[in-house]
Amino acid sequence: MEKFTGNVWVLGDDIDTDIIIPTEYLALKTIEDMKQYGFSPLRPELAAQIHEGDIIVAGKNFGCGSSREQAPEVVKALGIRCVIAKSFARIFFRNSINNGLLLIEQPDLYDDILEGEKITVTVNEAVEYHGKKYPIHSLPDNLVEIIREGGLVKAMRRRNGLA
Amino acid sequence: MGMTIAEKIIARAAGVETVRPGDIHTVTLDRMMSNDGTTHLTVDMYYNKLKHPRIADVKKMVFIVDHNVPSDSPKTAASQKKMRDFAKEYGIDFWEGKGVCHQIMMEHYVCPGELIFAADSHTCTYGALGAFGTGVGCTDLLYAMVTGTSWVLVPETIKFNLTGKLSEGVYPRDLMLTIIGTIGANGANYQVMEFCGDGAKTLNVDERMVLCNLAVEAGAKTAIFEADEIALEYLRARGREPKAVFKSDADAHYVKEYTFDLSKIRPVVAKPDFVDALAPVDEVEGRRIDEAFLGSCNNGRIEDLRVGAAIVKGRRISDHVRFLVVPASQKIYLQAVREGLIDIFIGSGAIVMNPNCSVCWGSCQGVIGENEVLISTGTRNFKGRAGHPSSKVYLASAATVAASAVKGKICTVDKL
Amino acid sequence: MGQTIIEKIIAHNIGADEVKPGQIVTVQVDRVMVDDIMMPFIVGKFEEMGFDRVWDPDKVVMIYDHLVPASQQDDTRHYKVGDAFASKYGLTHVHRSDGICHQLMTEAGYVKPGDVVFGTDSHTTTYGCVGAFSTGIGYTEMAAILGTGTLWVKVPETIRVEINGRLPEGVMSKDVILRIIGDLRADGATYCSLEFTGDTIREMSVASRMTMANMAIEAGAKCAMFTPDEKTAAYCEMELNDFQKSLVGDADAGYIRTLTYQAENFVPVMACPSQVDQIRDVSELEGTPIDQVFIGSCTNGRLEDLRAAANVLRGKKVAPFVKLIVTPASRKVYREALEEGILETLAESGAMITHAGCGLCCGRTGGILSDYETVVATNNRNFLGRMGTSKVQIYLASPATAAACAVAGKITAVCG
Repeated sequence: MEKFTGNVWVLGDDIDTDIIIPTEYLALKTIEDMKQYGFSPLRPELAAQIHEGDIIVAGKNFGCGSSREQAPEVVKALGIRCVIAKSFARIFFRNSINNGLLLIEQPDLYDDILEGEKITVTVNEAVEYHGKKYPIHSLPDNLVEIIREGGLVKAMRRRNGLA
Repeated sequence: MGMTIAEKIIARAAGVETVRPGDIHTVTLDRMMSNDGTTHLTVDMYYNKLKHPRIADVKKMVFIVDHNVPSDSPKTAASQKKMRDFAKEYGIDFWEGKGVCHQIMMEHYVCPGELIFAADSHTCTYGALGAFGTGVGCTDLLYAMVTGTSWVLVPETIKFNLTGKLSEGVYPRDLMLTIIGTIGANGANYQVMEFCGDGAKTLNVDERMVLCNLAVEAGAKTAIFEADEIALEYLRARGREPKAVFKSDADAHYVKEYTFDLSKIRPVVAKPDFVDALAPVDEVEGRRIDEAFLGSCNNGRIEDLRVGAAIVKGRRISDHVRFLVVPASQKIYLQAVREGLIDIFIGSGAIVMNPNCSVCWGSCQGVIGENEVLISTGTRNFKGRAGHPSSKVYLASAATVAASAVKGKICTVDKL
Repeated sequence: MGQTIIEKIIAHNIGADEVKPGQIVTVQVDRVMVDDIMMPFIVGKFEEMGFDRVWDPDKVVMIYDHLVPASQQDDTRHYKVGDAFASKYGLTHVHRSDGICHQLMTEAGYVKPGDVVFGTDSHTTTYGCVGAFSTGIGYTEMAAILGTGTLWVKVPETIRVEINGRLPEGVMSKDVILRIIGDLRADGATYCSLEFTGDTIREMSVASRMTMANMAIEAGAKCAMFTPDEKTAAYCEMELNDFQKSLVGDADAGYIRTLTYQAENFVPVMACPSQVDQIRDVSELEGTPIDQVFIGSCTNGRLEDLRAAANVLRGKKVAPFVKLIVTPASRKVYREALEEGILETLAESGAMITHAGCGLCCGRTGGILSDYETVVATNNRNFLGRMGTSKVQIYLASPATAAACAVAGKITAVCG
């Protein structure tokens, strides 16, 4: 099973899509143009501090609010390997899967974790932090299928006879 | 030797018998106005650059928020808040969202014979009521606000004899664009444009405002009409009495004289990117447009809205055109509501916005994109004035703008 | 066992006798809505996916609302991309400046009871007001629907909310839904269908139901459901068929939770900064100074909302230094409000009335605020930084409460 380790950024409950990427920047041409503004209403310095492979750990209802798919795309473009939260808002969840951003629901980790520490994720099994294992569920089959295809765009390309 | 109206106003404000062009005088101002384009800078200087700041006469001050309304960014909001807080602290007359500053000044403050400084170039509008209004920078405005005075270099005056009467379907806007196109964008630099003659009598105050307002586009320090019965009637209808009504003396000195026969004026446009790039509408007919704008301190008054509404009534705005209609003040909006004009615009597919500078100022409403073309009743068509540097702006009358919005291409009303 | 409304709609759509919560099914889409702000991304993904036609152009509605009028130079690019896509694939339902997408979808008859509808905006839950299953999706999924006409969904569980009795004077459906969100919390209905029932709901206009359906997403709901009735039929200008009449939650259906309210117990409330579920009675917040009031949005920019505000504001003035911005939800609402004299009343009180669109709610223009300013707004979200800087305090309220606050210049309850 896929396994990786990363530095943790800790965010709170109800991190909404307007925090992840404010509407003001939604009409910028590319996700690359937008990503510097990621999380700016809450932590303006954060986007510049995130490194490739970092992990976000948050409380409940991560990604609540708008249907803007720029939100998971910005998170992914910033280099975030996965987001672990107590729960996710549904549109954000779908959008993340469709773009290949890994989301993991885990009820307890958030209460224990400190920002700046490292965790190790074994996909569909557990998160390991300070020697303690936090179990995680596997995704439903239809979502695994989309991820296996490499996201919804690739799945549709295959359907339409394109490589 | 006699004096012109402008010279008499300066003499009065300087407390002297006579003034001559080229003299420099210290004058006591009758009124000072500042808008959200620059007031935050004035306020910053007031607090940070002056040792013991005070306001000479708070009753002469007016602050008007009109350029970005409602505000479009935290930065704009912060500068407007600075202005609002200052006005609140000092008890300055404060207007927000009630219209374009010059329109509000005309509706509520300006009186014949007054000398008015305001931190906006189109302050020359007030000449429509026989006042001397001129635009200044925010440092000049700060000095005036603190001392109640300023210095003026007495300008020379150019006389514009207007004869005849505008034909049906031709508007003061066409006249003034023609005048600017004739004398050039610096044709009246530092000078006063005085409009007189029988033709002037055919124009009401709103129409005179169109001429005076654009005088700065010919480089003029200001423009002025004699405050005749038409002007005094406008004033009385708004509950005000004139301070001093001046007429130019028969032997006053004019540096130059022009005569324009109003009956010969035809619908025109100013082509991109200069106000004096004059052309008959016919010459640019058929040019595809993306946006049309009816509004501004130049052409957002009730008569302009009536003209525009009469043209779009029973017609549809072209699918690919955004037609923004923005009354110059709340009073005008209300009148247009009561006359059913707003309903006509909304019914035709136009976008009606709250009274403010809007597209003319180009910063927050109806901003135009790359290579787009706008036809506008605004004051300027400078490069990038209404949006992207590659965009193009044509200036025209309310009639030509409305007709073009329906057609989707530049045209005169008779081509619909 | 009986079924909930959403189960009946999904079962009908896929041609099954019944479906169970948790079941993953592929639905045939009856209508989609795409808005301007997502346009370039949708088109980009659609092309990347390799589609050469839109599955059913008649089922696609394109609406420009977030970026109308354009406030930045690049905004018009979204219109251009949309226009080009519409002309290439033969889309005819294009609204370029007619108002907010959710208002238009029901008002212009694009959504009927029992339909399955997706939109690229989270407040797509709104169409539950007429008994349609509608929910927001991202642009990648929208691109896939445009090509295939299908989408997978997980049948949601249903939370039943029953309200009986008569709402007190001054309490609007906004107060009701805010209280419910406060009780459920912002994630309390995540993935669920929120089904509203009871005689209070039956008494409500479709517009009032719309406010509630619109905000269901703020409790995380996938959709909101109201049983179509004679009011729905009148609103949709149609006769309900047997299927549509059957869209009633069965008494023995599998609800995961039921909330029961007595209407008489509701009071005017507000969502306090900066979470939609921080609900407090207006009376507890009495006296909090405010800088601005915004009345509009797909939540509360309809005729009955503007009427409620006008009833409070009639003959009164907005408090000095306070801005009141009114943005009708659609061109039709604007026109009806004109006809009823509502806009005149609002403008007389000092309101700035902008063109129909998302306005301030989406935080790009329309009254952005700066640090330490406070706004009372009738829209759906008060997230950190939604209307300017993260130091702006946003309180969400009903139009009646918002209007009362505008007059008082501070938070206050509507008094009779």
